[in-house]
Amino acid sequence: MAGIAKLRPARLALAALVVALGVALPARAIPLVADLSEHLVAITTGFAGADVLLFGAVEDEGDVVVVVRGPEQNQVMHRKSEVAGIWINTARAVFESVPSYYFVASSRPLEEIAETPVLRSNEMGLDQLRLNLRNRASPNIVEQWRSALIRNKQREGLYVREPQTVTFLGDNLFRTTVSFPTNVPVGLYRVDTYFLREGRIVSAQTTPLNVSKIGLEAELYSFAHDHAGAYGVVAVVFALVAGWLGHLAFRRP
Amino acid sequence: MQIYLPIAEISLDVFLLLGLGGLIGFLSGLFGVGGGFLMTPLLIFIGVPPAIAVATQANHVVASSVSGVLGQWRRGNVDFKMGAVLLAGGFVGSTLGVALFSLLRGLGQIDLVINLSYVTLLGIIGTLLMMEGGRALLRRRRKVAPRKAHVHNWAHGLPMKMRFRKSRLYISALLPLSVGFGVGMLSAIMGVGGGFILVPLMIYVLGMPTSVVIGTSLFQIIFVSANVTFLQATQNQTVDLVLALLLVAGGVIGAQFGSRMGARLPGDSLRLMLGVVILGVALRLLTELVVAPDDIYSLGVG
Repeated sequence: MAGIAKLRPARLALAALVVALGVALPARAIPLVADLSEHLVAITTGFAGADVLLFGAVEDEGDVVVVVRGPEQNQVMHRKSEVAGIWINTARAVFESVPSYYFVASSRPLEEIAETPVLRSNEMGLDQLRLNLRNRASPNIVEQWRSALIRNKQREGLYVREPQTVTFLGDNLFRTTVSFPTNVPVGLYRVDTYFLREGRIVSAQTTPLNVSKIGLEAELYSFAHDHAGAYGVVAVVFALVAGWLGHLAFRRP
Repeated sequence: MQIYLPIAEISLDVFLLLGLGGLIGFLSGLFGVGGGFLMTPLLIFIGVPPAIAVATQANHVVASSVSGVLGQWRRGNVDFKMGAVLLAGGFVGSTLGVALFSLLRGLGQIDLVINLSYVTLLGIIGTLLMMEGGRALLRRRRKVAPRKAHVHNWAHGLPMKMRFRKSRLYISALLPLSVGFGVGMLSAIMGVGGGFILVPLMIYVLGMPTSVVIGTSLFQIIFVSANVTFLQATQNQTVDLVLALLLVAGGVIGAQFGSRMGARLPGDSLRLMLGVVILGVALRLLTELVVAPDDIYSLGVG
């Protein structure tokens, strides 16, 4: 329900764009225009994930690819093995500058749109993600760690399971929906929209997207991190008072 | 209804968390255990990051223990002198335990150590409690004469003897001090209040009457858990107040019902039931250790 309500202003914006383009297109052709229904994913008390609509228009026929990347971070990974009947972490690897979130959508299957070098240089598709393992290892081992990282990220809902579709409305207008789960990392996201024709990128546009905590959630978070001592005292006092209140409320006369 | 937890950085259902708090609170009031040994695995199971689960439930234990101890105090079931001696050992133990925790985390094997500690301790204590409770129940049915009040052994030869009137004991202060120290240390490493270890130790090692064991252990647990909460908040920023609020709201209510029911049930049945619950948790954790995981690779933190 919330998702539909959220999309409604986006539909209006899309309609407005249609009208605007109808007026603007004959005057001067723009190869690619794209925008998001929201530029801020606000994490509030009731946050249960969010859908952001990406919409836009292209000047003539071609393919559209959308790539969304979350803030980069180093990612530690563990591998378990059985030691004396117990499964324990025995190996460790670190990937450098891994996107914390990754989404890709295209108007046709990626391999039909462009050759591998083009896909690779723009990290279009999970197979083309540049994931640098800090440890030295044979290509075989690197591949195992790499696919494990993607698999685990997908399980957490942070990497798209398979490329989503960019839907065309008529010849020029396109749209796709980017979904963010509840455990979405905060930070500045990068939304890249590419317009390709005959396997070559004709035009590209980068749109920033901010994911951040808003209101009480943000204040509690910064309180816990900036004034840790005071936060600890508040936590203990709160628990003492709550326990006492509980006792009072249920005391038999 | 989903609610976003600002420190854990995930959304969970409000009623699931309230219910979980209530269930643990009920068990806490019934058995006089903090409930952390159950709360930590359950929170992790529903998706709360382990570090947050451990720290936040320590805060929850403070609240449910206060609520429980006040009820016990009104019935005169708290031995404050014994509690204070246990606490002295507990503070030293938990401070050392936190240091050991950091050391193990540096070595990268803290999860394994926590899991193994749980399985070992819960397994031993659960079995003991079940055997004891079961035997006592059978004995009562066969109408055999009850056990002696307490047995004299080597421990009675230790120095620093103290009189604990409420517990009707005259024992060396070194005993409760070392029990407090050991439990404080374990509770810091395992991130629990320690009631499930403390209660059996008070019964079997100190020889305290079951009636005062629950109130006295809750009294000691309040302070040790408060210490853990504060240390976790300042060192790791892992206490989630929103999560704690929900768990506590459910917990204080549950604890009231639990402590009333506990007052009506005989001690032997309580031991048998606690034994069953503890063994259940131990088996669940053991399964996680020995059964091959779905994916041998996992994401680490940091």
